[in-house]
Amino acid sequence: MEPLVRHKGKVACLNRVNVDTDQVIPKQFLKRIERSGYGPFLFYDWRYLENGEVNSEFELNQPEVQGASILLAGDNFGCGSSREHAVWALRDYGFRVIIAPSFADIFYNNCFKNGVLPVTLKGDSWSRLEPYFKGNERWMTVDLERQEVEICDGMVLSFEIDPHRKQMLIEGLDDIGLTLRYQRFIEEYEQEQRAPYQKVYG
Amino acid sequence: MAKTLFEKIWDQHEVTRSDDGQSLLYIDLHLVHEVTSPQAFEGLRLAGRSVRRPDQTFATMDHNIPTDNPFVVSDSIAKRQIDALAENCRDFGVPLADRSSAQQGIVHVIGPELGLTLPGKTIVCGDSHTATHGAVGALAFGIGTSEVEHVLATQCLWQSKPRTMQVELNGRLAPGVAAKDVILALIAEYGIRFGTGYAIEYTGSLLPNLSMAERMTICNMSIEAGARAGLMAPDEVTIGYLKGRPYAPKGEDWEQCVASWRELTTDVDAVYDETVVLNVSSLSPQVTWGTNPGMGGGVDGVVPHPEDFADEMQRRAVEQALQYMGLTPGTRLTDIPVQHVFIGSCTNARIEDLRLAAAVVKNRKVASGVRAMVVPGSKGVKRQAELEGLDEVFREAGFEWREPGCSMCLGMNPDLVPAGERCASTSNRNFEGRQGRGARTHLLSPAMAAAAAVAGHFVDVRQWDLEQTGGVADGTVGSA
Ligand code: SF4
Repeated sequence: MEPLVRHKGKVACLNRVNVDTDQVIPKQFLKRIERSGYGPFLFYDWRYLENGEVNSEFELNQPEVQGASILLAGDNFGCGSSREHAVWALRDYGFRVIIAPSFADIFYNNCFKNGVLPVTLKGDSWSRLEPYFKGNERWMTVDLERQEVEICDGMVLSFEIDPHRKQMLIEGLDDIGLTLRYQRFIEEYEQEQRAPYQKVYG
Repeated sequence: MAKTLFEKIWDQHEVTRSDDGQSLLYIDLHLVHEVTSPQAFEGLRLAGRSVRRPDQTFATMDHNIPTDNPFVVSDSIAKRQIDALAENCRDFGVPLADRSSAQQGIVHVIGPELGLTLPGKTIVCGDSHTATHGAVGALAFGIGTSEVEHVLATQCLWQSKPRTMQVELNGRLAPGVAAKDVILALIAEYGIRFGTGYAIEYTGSLLPNLSMAERMTICNMSIEAGARAGLMAPDEVTIGYLKGRPYAPKGEDWEQCVASWRELTTDVDAVYDETVVLNVSSLSPQVTWGTNPGMGGGVDGVVPHPEDFADEMQRRAVEQALQYMGLTPGTRLTDIPVQHVFIGSCTNARIEDLRLAAAVVKNRKVASGVRAMVVPGSKGVKRQAELEGLDEVFREAGFEWREPGCSMCLGMNPDLVPAGERCASTSNRNFEGRQGRGARTHLLSPAMAAAAAVAGHFVDVRQWDLEQTGGVADGTVGSA
């Protein structure tokens, strides 16, 4: 997985609360067999009108946020079902960091499995942030190492994160990557413990 | 220290333990099918990883294979999943029993049949009925897609150790009463959650008298009691069943294995965290009337009244279930008509099951207005059944004789029950919509399903005079 240590990116704001995973990726797109390629369907029902045309009102369709990789979102982001597709879609669209006052539990966990950093910024700091990202000056730097969000004029906000998960993102490790650190144990097990019956079990 | 069978297998497979008490378990056999694997393989591809032990991985196609002609897949999603599995197995070097293979079948039928499933192994599959394999004395449980990917990449899985429960089955089955009735009665008695958080070991005086097929039927439905794993200690029946199977050890290796399998029993002074007991001698054949496997009872009974239940939650659940099922309290179960009969699934589509069903339908006819089908659990079962002429028995009676697959068990392929219609099914789940939107599923044994097909409603198969069919020696299934 691509490590995330310090990320500078364009910010898009989605000032809505309780955005659930069905809005992030509607269920008609869950039948795919891939885990990539969900980007075009992200927020589908908001991005497109019923007749299939682009909804010019929708926040992410504004010209100035094209290419954004940081999403400033509302309270309780990612609630609803446990579908990992929601994170796959956000990541595939290009988001690497999601900043919200709070996240739904499973969604929060799923982010780390897919190299996406969820930053919890408490309500007041979040509302201080938003006005900075109205015009074209939409850049922000997220420094995971220092646990800080830097806004261009030097304003810095810090955030909390579990050290274990922080390390996972910094090293680009997913769950499998973590287990592979035990590779030596697995090999030893195979050679020593399993070997006696390996030959018969094939 | 004295250990239970489960603890012995668990301890033998612990690679290491983390600070927070999770065990890294080594997986001996990973079974793969088309529905829960595509994103796992794609995950490997995206991360540039390989399958750690393709030699301990085995794939087949079962969930959405059409059972009339497996090669004509009209559903485009099913087709993509089937094609993806073939491609993934090719790319990652995983052995695959595809549609044209003589070994293809429902993943939980072919594992034991091919001798891949062996006592003492840890076995996982991206499917909740993996506990089936526990019948030979293996620790087998279902996993999700991200765990499938984890096992493919590492051959290991992080698990916290479940508690142990002994389910003691005592007594003898009366003629006409089957293993399916035992597990249905157990769940009806203790509820659909009593096994949650436990690994179940089945013990008791019933066990030595059960065939491997019967043991698999019981272990298969452990998940319907909430338990992820259900297992039985291997004995002479197990050893006799496995001998000579295609992937089972041979010659000296076999002898060595058998010796180690004989050790795979719970020590006399080992303690379980919990024990429940069921006496099976007085059981009647079971039929479910509700929308979970615990909502059922003896065929000689009636549809219950919600008022019969003490608990308010339960009353409401029963009310809802009866509404969905279109049943009136007090109706005798034998007065309920059926429009569909499905004999199949990983619970009850082995050769022994088909023999029992064939014995019931022999020289009889499916009632008019009933659509009945038999879907063998595997190519091996199908071949053996045809060798014994069971296909003819079924066809003559008016059954459809299909190609192996999961079929009407979950309706991912075109075999569906229309809304509002009733199906007598030998499968394991009667949830709302399981066999199709609005479909009404009643779970029962193969003999009971066969009898319902003939009568057009549920009947007590014990009252029928049956002639045994079959006769070709057991144990030839899967030897192709
Ligand atoms: S037969 Fe039914 S329960 Fe068994 S594996 Fe197939 S779908 Fe699952």
